[in-house]
Amino acid sequence: MPITIRIPPPLRKYTDGADIVEATARDLGELFEGLDQKFPGIKKVLCAEDGTPQRFLNIYVNEEDIRFLGGVQYNFQDGDEVLLIPAIAGGTAVEATKFLQDGYR
Amino acid sequence: MCGGTVNYISHLKCRQCARTYEIEPIAACEECWAPLEVIYDYDRIRSEVPRESLESRARTMWRYRELLPLDQEPWVGRSTGFTPLLPAPRLAKALGAREIYLKNDAVNYPTLSFKDRVVAVALGKAREFGFDTVGCSSTGNLANSLAAQAAAGGFKTFIFVPADLEPEKLVNTRIYGATLIKVRGNYDQVNRLCSEISQKYSWGIINVNLRSYYSEGSKTFGYEIAEQLGWRLPQNIVVPMAGGSLITKIHKAFGELQKLGWVESAATKFFGAQATGCSPITTAVKQKTCEITPQKPNTVVKSLAIGNPADGFYAAKLILESGGAGEDVSDAEVVDGIRLLAETEGLFAETAGGVTVAVARKLLRLGRLNPAESIVLAITGNGLKTVGAVSGELGASEAIRPRLADFEEQYLNVHAAASV
Repeated sequence: MPITIRIPPPLRKYTDGADIVEATARDLGELFEGLDQKFPGIKKVLCAEDGTPQRFLNIYVNEEDIRFLGGVQYNFQDGDEVLLIPAIAGGTAVEATKFLQDGYR
Repeated sequence: MCGGTVNYISHLKCRQCARTYEIEPIAACEECWAPLEVIYDYDRIRSEVPRESLESRARTMWRYRELLPLDQEPWVGRSTGFTPLLPAPRLAKALGAREIYLKNDAVNYPTLSFKDRVVAVALGKAREFGFDTVGCSSTGNLANSLAAQAAAGGFKTFIFVPADLEPEKLVNTRIYGATLIKVRGNYDQVNRLCSEISQKYSWGIINVNLRSYYSEGSKTFGYEIAEQLGWRLPQNIVVPMAGGSLITKIHKAFGELQKLGWVESAATKFFGAQATGCSPITTAVKQKTCEITPQKPNTVVKSLAIGNPADGFYAAKLILESGGAGEDVSDAEVVDGIRLLAETEGLFAETAGGVTVAVARKLLRLGRLNPAESIVLAITGNGLKTVGAVSGELGASEAIRPRLADFEEQYLNVHAAASV
């Protein structure tokens, strides 16, 4: 199913800076695999070796936590928007440093 | 004044994979997303800061400044903390326990909840990092405290809350001039929105990108308990849980005090308290697991209504490892808990306090809390902020005419004597 994934800043180093990427996947397992083929290395920060999402990464589908939709069992629908949000979000060291250097003060 | 500006902060460390980071406005590990913890140079503190040196310091949370992550003098909240630790003999008798203490942050300064501690630290750090705009997602108490202290600190402020918050908490936020954004959704949805905002705007969202520093303020709740008990640790502590941060930070505080040799080693048992209508952490603990299954909150206890707690994993872990327990209570039991605390000890706590008291009662009845040991109950907020939760329970009170006979008839059940 064609779906849209919104990429948080800490992961954009894998996506050449892209904040939104498209993918086709039936479920989370396929999504993680597909993203890893396109953006090598991204899978290991998205899920554990057994394919379960990282404990501190929240995944939303159309604004609903995927765990309320069946988690890894959930089947994506055409046009789903997937949001990846760290349980504790907020930039990266590099970006934080950058905006301070850029004169945010 | 709070003394010099020597600091003992070493670095940030991932709680899961132990990767280290410089002191920056970041809160989560880039590799595994786990929370980052502030690490101090405990060896230097031990050799340079004898416990006795605290005695002459002001009775505020800043007397433990070497264990807080500021480089400079605090920017706001200089009078925050050192709230009373009250022996509670009448409550103890009612619950059948020997020794109960109430750590009373219902009278914390300036906004009557434990959140005044974390905000004071977060805004000091926000200032050091150079943020002029701050914000938070909140279930109410944090909103109140950030609005007040950010006003005093001269920050621009955006505060995001669930739209159905108690009216007292909305007024207590807006009065300070903060921009209050009411969101149609529960706290977890508000928090997700805030996370997205923090990724786009260079603001200090205090419980998001400043969370590593912010949450350190909660440790002072623990230091104070130990000092007020005569530099010893309680045998048991019951703590209300929303995101699960406070209980983990009290645990960290007790651990640091032992590491520094400021208290004798002791194995405090930690008990986590939630409302049944939002009990993801206690549910996990009862199942003997640390893995949290999120819930959709449905409880009168709005200040604890976080269905997807950020620190839930670590809260559950420490409760299980300490030999404590997790328990939850119905909304009716919460109201009973508020009334019992008020009627026995003259302390009006908000709904979270009702949860703590009711859970302590339940744990004592179940035999999970030992009535012969010392028990500290964490009272984290003031009842004046959640009046609606109990006002209906008190019943209507009819006015009387200004006549002695009316008073005696209606309140003393004395029939008025025939007039002469």
